[in-house]
Amino acid sequence: MKHDVILIGVGNEFRGDDALGAAIAREFDSRSIHGLKVMTESGEGASLMEAWSGAYHVIIVDAISSGQTPGTVHRFDASTTKIPRRTFHYSSHAFGVAEAIEMARELQLLPSTLIVYGIEGNDFTMGRGITPSVQSSMAELIKRIEQDVLRMSS
Amino acid sequence: MKSRVIKVEQLARVEGEGAVFIKINDGKVADVKLTIFEPPRFFEAFLRGRKYSEAPDITARICGICPIAYQMSSVQAMEDAFGVTVDGQLRELRRLIYCGEWIESHVLHIYMLHAPDFLGYEDALLLARDKPDLVKRALSMKKIGNDIMNIVGGREIHPINVKVGGFYRVPSKKELEPLVDRLQWGLEGAIETARLTNTLEFPDFETDYEFVSLRHPDEYPLMGGRFVSSSGLDIAIKEYEFHFDERHIHHSHALHSFEKGKGPYMVGPIARFNLNFDRLSPVARQIADEIGLKPPVKNPFKSIIVRSIETILAFEEALRIINQYEPPGPAVAVQPKAGIGFGASEAPRGTLYHRYRIGGDGLIKDAKIVPPTSQNQATIENDLRKFASANIDMPREQLTWKLEQSVRNYDPCISCATHFLKLEVD
Repeated sequence: MKHDVILIGVGNEFRGDDALGAAIAREFDSRSIHGLKVMTESGEGASLMEAWSGAYHVIIVDAISSGQTPGTVHRFDASTTKIPRRTFHYSSHAFGVAEAIEMARELQLLPSTLIVYGIEGNDFTMGRGITPSVQSSMAELIKRIEQDVLRMSS
Repeated sequence: MKSRVIKVEQLARVEGEGAVFIKINDGKVADVKLTIFEPPRFFEAFLRGRKYSEAPDITARICGICPIAYQMSSVQAMEDAFGVTVDGQLRELRRLIYCGEWIESHVLHIYMLHAPDFLGYEDALLLARDKPDLVKRALSMKKIGNDIMNIVGGREIHPINVKVGGFYRVPSKKELEPLVDRLQWGLEGAIETARLTNTLEFPDFETDYEFVSLRHPDEYPLMGGRFVSSSGLDIAIKEYEFHFDERHIHHSHALHSFEKGKGPYMVGPIARFNLNFDRLSPVARQIADEIGLKPPVKNPFKSIIVRSIETILAFEEALRIINQYEPPGPAVAVQPKAGIGFGASEAPRGTLYHRYRIGGDGLIKDAKIVPPTSQNQATIENDLRKFASANIDMPREQLTWKLEQSVRNYDPCISCATHFLKLEVD
């Protein structure tokens, strides 16, 4: 049985701003929203593809490193937009989020909707703690995800 | 003076981040650096003052691909410190979940990270475009491994069910039964994979490595046993630090392991295979014989074949364990006490050593964790130096690819716990 919506928090809780995905996942998990399943993943691409196969609509939340100002909120609709391969560095897991999305597209294993949300990170060094610039954007991120979840589960 | 520098800033298709730097002067390799980031030293520090029972859950976060390996090495070390023995069905269950990890890690590496090199594809995506059925089969095989970890471990990426003394909960026979048909299918897939890898083209590149792995009286090594080497070493796990040490290399955050009096060494599938050929499970041995693979394997590029033989073994072992499974009590009693505990297990990438000092209060006083990739670091650099020297006139692009492939031979988990989504946005 497929869920309506899966929210997948991606990242490593011990690596500074990379804890974002897990933090957002925890937030939504605590709300027990009907129709929403919350998961956390390390970012390994093949496991992600398995994880999102359980839902029609998927939201992935991940820390982002794109050279923009830390705290910038990003949103990508991967189900409608092809992510140009050259715009993604290989993530540190060489078969990571970006690769998984494009692989799934190639194999027709994308869910109906796949949105990637993130906040531009500041510091990814080992040691717990999301930095202030990322923290200050979390409320906005949560609000935007809420809107998408409501829309997807209606 | 003519000089060339080959720099690969970010190694692709390697877990974590790594960079290779090679300098060639006047047709000779002048310098080789494999830059690795973030060994688990943070975790060693973080573990201090934590309760012994937290070690499996904390160390599981060191690696997203091989959390079970960290959990198994840590519980073995703790059980060693407290004089606790976990055997019978509990030990079989541990072996089962470990097989799950070997399957998912090996299949991922063979198909997504390594095969593209041999088949001439820049990445797995292009391989998928050309051979979607092959890749889909690989993903299905990998999923079986993840599902084993899910059923026995409670959650795929950071299994929460493993603890010192056993498990929090053991599965019923009924819960494991659905895996049987899929494991049979997966075993067939693994056999085909081994035959496929045997048809690939391998560079002529052999070295007399010092191979190191665990060895056990009757099993192909996954957990416990003794440390052995191809030059005759045979020691208890607790003697590891008398024979192996690490030194800090200035250009890398990682530590280079070396065997005292010997130098660099190799851990991982090739080492295990060479030192435990007589312990292979029946079908794994049969297929190894069929494709003519036997020790000593000295060509690191052939790690892909060895990994596929080990994948066969993992499927076989999982089936054997499930077929004889009778649910035990979830755990044996554990009474923490002051002492030092030593543990080692064979992660997919090689031997993983843990050592803990525990206080009378059950808190961790200090920890030492030596991952397989740290242990292979010096050997990988040697390979790069040797390969570059032997192929000094190869066109730059081709040489760069082959050197990257040389690193990927070791399936290195360079910065196991690193992740963030990197974007370049116009």
